[in-house]
Amino acid sequence: MARVAWIMGGAVVGANLFLEGCTRKAAKNVEGLFEPETIDFLGDVADTILPPTSSPGAKEAGVGAFIPVMVKDCYTTDQQKIVIDGLGKLEDAATEKFGRKFQELDAAERTELLAAIDKEAKDYQKNKTEEDADHYFHLIKQLTLLGFFTSELGATEALRYVQIPGRYDGDYPYAKGDKAWAT
Amino acid sequence: MADNVYDAIVIGSGISGGWAAKELTQKGLKTIMLERGRNVEHVKDYHAATKHPWEFPHRGGRTQQMIEDYPVLRRDYPLNEKNLDFWVNEKESPYVEVKRFDWYRGYHVGGRSLMWGRQSYRFSDLDFGANITDGHGVDWPIRYKDIASWYSYAERWAGISGNRDGLDVLPDGDFLPPMAMNVVEKDLAARIKTHYQGKRHFIIGRVANLTVPHEGRVNCQYQNQCSLGCNFGAYFSTQSSTLPAAVATGNLTLRPFSIVTKILYDKDTKKAKGVEILDAETNQTYEYFAKIVFVCASAFNSTWVLMNSATDIWPEGLGSSSGELGHNAMDHHFRCGASGRVEGYEDKYYYGRRANGLYIPRFRNVGDDKRDYVRGFGYQGSASRGRWSGEIAEMSIGGEWKDAMCEPGSWSVGFTAFGETLPYHENRIFLDKDVKDKWGLPVLAMDMEIKENELKMRKDMMEDGKEMLEAAGVKDVFTYDNGYGFGQGIHEMGTARMGRDPKTSVLNANNQVWDALNVFVTDGACMTSAACVNPSLTYMALTARAVNFAVEELKKGNL
Repeated sequence: MARVAWIMGGAVVGANLFLEGCTRKAAKNVEGLFEPETIDFLGDVADTILPPTSSPGAKEAGVGAFIPVMVKDCYTTDQQKIVIDGLGKLEDAATEKFGRKFQELDAAERTELLAAIDKEAKDYQKNKTEEDADHYFHLIKQLTLLGFFTSELGATEALRYVQIPGRYDGDYPYAKGDKAWAT
Repeated sequence: MADNVYDAIVIGSGISGGWAAKELTQKGLKTIMLERGRNVEHVKDYHAATKHPWEFPHRGGRTQQMIEDYPVLRRDYPLNEKNLDFWVNEKESPYVEVKRFDWYRGYHVGGRSLMWGRQSYRFSDLDFGANITDGHGVDWPIRYKDIASWYSYAERWAGISGNRDGLDVLPDGDFLPPMAMNVVEKDLAARIKTHYQGKRHFIIGRVANLTVPHEGRVNCQYQNQCSLGCNFGAYFSTQSSTLPAAVATGNLTLRPFSIVTKILYDKDTKKAKGVEILDAETNQTYEYFAKIVFVCASAFNSTWVLMNSATDIWPEGLGSSSGELGHNAMDHHFRCGASGRVEGYEDKYYYGRRANGLYIPRFRNVGDDKRDYVRGFGYQGSASRGRWSGEIAEMSIGGEWKDAMCEPGSWSVGFTAFGETLPYHENRIFLDKDVKDKWGLPVLAMDMEIKENELKMRKDMMEDGKEMLEAAGVKDVFTYDNGYGFGQGIHEMGTARMGRDPKTSVLNANNQVWDALNVFVTDGACMTSAACVNPSLTYMALTARAVNFAVEELKKGNL
């Protein structure tokens, strides 16, 4: 729907209203992260970082809903602001690079965009002092990885999970391609 | 019998209190076990034990609210979402840090027996003779021969798995079959043995986890989440082991929410006649009377009870006539060691999560070895295969990267050293009567630090670790010192030490308070020196031994 609105652009009377009604509202505070549109957006960001392969992607694993919980409960106010502002920066970067919002990009464009932001974040993290704040994408990526590999789908399908192993074998065969243990 | 009169009172329900209750009740004594906190019922109250990782909203992490509520717990790993209900409410029970002191407490039935690390080692005569040999502290009033049979007794009931390694420095016990080393650990151990010609050893940890069914309990299922409580009862805790044994006798009364405020001392008989408690829920005061009192409230809280008792006779409390009550506080200093990468073994992995690691017994200042410090240290560690969380590569994002992260990475090995802390008289705890807890009771002030001997030792704790790993063929070995806060070892010891002379010690060779012979202190408070091994097994053995002595004395009419 949002993509359609963009194509129609200013040609439609009242397009701005239309756009506002149909695209994601920018999260202005932590509670805003819990808006369904933002959860969907975060899911798409996470899914670009960890897409579906032979195992489900991060979006299906529920990472979009996991990130707001962690940001709200576990992050400091400063870190919360970094993430909230960061989502705006991510949108700005999409607009600047492709002239469209992130969720209006196709999979290849999303990957290209986030790979560039990831590189920027890595360079930043490498050069920053300990006191400097973390890059927003560094935080989002961390939460994505944590959320995915500890999710039910991530642990049981992307990794191997046995809740009650029952025994210990310290000389267990491994063949390339075998999954790691989730816990 | 009136409902407040018993044969024996046990203060505390952790490892030592649970043992005291089991031994006393099995010997036929009507016993009340007083626990300051709530009850925790075996299995029923292990709320997190069957949860999957994804069932924790923060996946086990810590929230800002938790960080605010637990200013001490947050200093190390214990603060986490999974077993928060096993850790003390710090706002209700504050203490004073004259110097930094990390106090990780469990105020509930079972105490820290629910969350303990379960490593179980015997002290040797090197340890019992250490103080008299190098002149620090006072001499232990016992030697290994006095406690060896009690170690066996404790091991046989608790169920300690381990290998009989035949080392003088770390006496063998009555073990259940050992857990297995993994394939990498086996090879490293073999190389160490060859390189050091049998003078240093990598051995499998001796741990209070059952490797076979034992005394009606199920063996370890290799989940490695013991600190959430074990529904199989596969590791030793009060709930899995000593409490059911005590309950089965029909002689036990367990009273949770019972804060013992003082031991009631009778100056005419020079004995305790009972205890006074404050009901933590109702704030009502009650008295209980008994022939003997076992103080097992955890090291520093046992001393707190003594300090609050008989103050009309001794202003500094029961047992203070020596001037040593509250002094000679100890812990194990740690959080430094070495790690590295193990090449190869790409076709090897493991199945199951072993709730145990390797142990390197002490080798410094043993035999001909002489260092510029006294005493020594041991190491705990393991070899494992890395996972995605440790290996965030340059390749950034996307499907290929994701799939790579779903596979295990390379093997690594790491060891953390645990060093002996000397019994310094000036390392002490005392009552701060200006600061009160939720119940209006004075709190403990902690004033202790590690000194030159420990700081010198820490250099070896890192460098020796590096040397051994390199000798074993480990690559990219690095040392680390993550810093240590006194208490962080969660091995508080001393403050009511055993000794041979009432002028320089609080307790005698049978853990009796010199000034009140029917009061026994058998938890960490009694320790005369710390050794470098995990101390809980020694509390079990000392407690069983002291109960045996106490009951014999009662029969003889001596108490």
